[in-house]
Amino acid sequence: MRNKRNGLDQSRAPIYEALENFRRMRVVPFDVPGHKRGRGNPELTAFLGQACVGVDVNSMKPLDNLCHPVSVIREAEELAADAFGAAHAFLMVGGTTSSVQSMVLSSCKRGDEIILPRNVHKSVINALVLCGAVPVYVNPEVDQRLGISLGMKREQVAKAIAEHPKAVAVLVNNPTYYGICSDLRAIVKMAHDAGMLCLVDEAHGTHFYFGSGLPVSAMEAGADMASVSMHKSGGSLTQSSLLLTGPNIHAGYVRQIINLTQTTSGSYLLMSSLDISRRNLALRGRKVFHQVADMAEYARREINAVGGYYAFGRELMNGNSVFDFDTTKLSVHTLDIGLAGIEVYDILRDEYDIQIEFGDIGNILAYLSMGDRPQELERLVSALAEIRRRYQKDATGMLTQEYIEPEVVTSPQEAFYAPKISVPLAESEGRVCSEFVMCYPPGIPILAPGERITGEILEHIGYAKEKGCSMTGSEDPDLTRINVLE
Amino acid sequence: MEMWFSEFHTPDVKHSIRVNRHLYSKQSDYQRIDIFETPEFGRVLTLDGNVMLTERDEFIYDEMITHVPMAVHQGIKDILVIGAGDGGVVRELTRYDRVRRIDLVEMDPQVVEACRTYLPSNACRMDDRRVHIYFGNALKFIRRCEEEYDLIIVDSTDPFGPSEGLFTREFYGSCFNALREDGIMVNQQGSPFYAEDAAAMQRSHKRIASTFPISKVYQAHIPTYAAGYWLFGFASKKYHPMDDLDSEAWNALNMHTRYYTTRLHKGAFCLPAFLEEMLKEVED
Repeated sequence: MRNKRNGLDQSRAPIYEALENFRRMRVVPFDVPGHKRGRGNPELTAFLGQACVGVDVNSMKPLDNLCHPVSVIREAEELAADAFGAAHAFLMVGGTTSSVQSMVLSSCKRGDEIILPRNVHKSVINALVLCGAVPVYVNPEVDQRLGISLGMKREQVAKAIAEHPKAVAVLVNNPTYYGICSDLRAIVKMAHDAGMLCLVDEAHGTHFYFGSGLPVSAMEAGADMASVSMHKSGGSLTQSSLLLTGPNIHAGYVRQIINLTQTTSGSYLLMSSLDISRRNLALRGRKVFHQVADMAEYARREINAVGGYYAFGRELMNGNSVFDFDTTKLSVHTLDIGLAGIEVYDILRDEYDIQIEFGDIGNILAYLSMGDRPQELERLVSALAEIRRRYQKDATGMLTQEYIEPEVVTSPQEAFYAPKISVPLAESEGRVCSEFVMCYPPGIPILAPGERITGEILEHIGYAKEKGCSMTGSEDPDLTRINVLE
Repeated sequence: MEMWFSEFHTPDVKHSIRVNRHLYSKQSDYQRIDIFETPEFGRVLTLDGNVMLTERDEFIYDEMITHVPMAVHQGIKDILVIGAGDGGVVRELTRYDRVRRIDLVEMDPQVVEACRTYLPSNACRMDDRRVHIYFGNALKFIRRCEEEYDLIIVDSTDPFGPSEGLFTREFYGSCFNALREDGIMVNQQGSPFYAEDAAAMQRSHKRIASTFPISKVYQAHIPTYAAGYWLFGFASKKYHPMDDLDSEAWNALNMHTRYYTTRLHKGAFCLPAFLEEMLKEVED
């Protein structure tokens, strides 16, 4: 697996190899962490295992330093960049949230405009709170039957660019949680022609870099930066992530931005998991994701054969707002059996011991990955068939999830730091919200700081709460009150 | 030469059988299959190192999982058997003239092949014209069935291996749906003795009891299974396993058995106090 062009060998895993070597050296620790290879915390060691706590170590010369990589971490980043077709790759230990924020903070300064779809993850809007950039929202098209937001339409991006020629970047959420992809190549070209950067929140698309028959990846489409959740489809530990950059991005500056907020004690558990997972993807990813896509296609057929449910797939593709579809995603529309997605999600867990990724108003999403086996898929399909048999009811009166176009009154940063008061949610109509309100998962804001609270939004929040969605983001954990601008 | 097969019944309890010859060993797509020849138990079939059956004591299991429902419900004609690739359950069922159809769903074709070759006393009736063998996932097979069977026999391996899906609520619900309005499901319910087995038994009993209107447990003594003490579940839409036992009708068949009798049938449902308590704990 040696790349002939640059001589890099994808069967290597430099951080993992350095840790194995370090373990054999039996170095006496008079440094942090204080558990000293687990000896000082036997209960933790019994729980996590000696192998795990033994490599929970600090930065040092033989193991490099994440803040300023010069040896094994740098090599691991070079291998990752090579595997993902990027000019540079940064190992990230603060989740894909930190990748997304670094991407936004590297491109925008206070007052800059950034074009983005409203159905972004909260981490994007959080980044706007941090840096003071102003969002220009492109409203996503909504599939009326499914009630899900689709991708960005080319003409809407073109319109936003024409109306905001001074914007510095276009951010694309690609794929969405449901696997919907925009026409990324066209959007990259439009952004570049207008002198803007193209940033991609690719949290759900790690496998695009290693698949055949999967949608185009951000780097291949020519995007300038992409945030890749290695811990989702890539198989690494939770909280580990990659930030990829293209040839026109100054890597040294991005490193400085990352170091503004990133820990100086980067976890070697997370970094080695990125290193080993990258090796696995480079060596075996194509085969693995082919199997995952096959399993998802099989499950779609079986679920659709049950009746009542709609497991959607490539038939949604329309050449624009659904330019492509990620066939490894397994999303199921549940409203036609008279149950909200969140209700099916709860029944699956409470009665069938099956935990899926999320349920929203109209759909559920089961996350399939390299760790799945056919026998568990059969359980999921049979459980859905049983839920239909036992709980199916008349579907009238079920709401679909409408996309509610936000009215942005002030920038997220201004709203977040402005003087505010707490009012009962029921009396908040017409006020300007100063905090986030979202259903989690998927963590896409219903309200972001600086947006007007409308009757329609309040109705949506009420319905989601009634159906059992967990509402997060607000200072009041029960969301009976909400913070608004004075 | 000393050659022994050992199986851990718990991490701290080991059961060993002296082996004369190792007759067969194969890793299939699902599990490792071995057949040993032993002086005490005759031929022994193991899957992933767990004893499935021995020639010496299989009659206890195979008689108890078949004749109990057959003696209760006189109208059983169409039967679904899940697992049981060795053929012992089918052998007992084909003894009844009234049986019209036996569908057998086995995940692993390799098990059937090995047993046909090395355990002919179990597999001897697999070619009966009423028997239809389907290889595949039982959950997938059964969710397409509706009111099709009078009896479903679930002869699975333990709930921690490839058979885990056969101890789930979605599976029991699908069985309910596949049975006619007076249908019965009988399953191997594991052992109540060691803590981990007991917890698994309680979990599956809870799921069955919340799916079927009648859910009872009966016992048998099987020397080569954990603690030598084994349970079966009797789940039913209409017939009660003791009240509806028709001893006269069954005895009139003049069937020779070595473990099952209609007298033992009634006794098998009388459980020790500790087990009654365990079951009660999970019955709403």
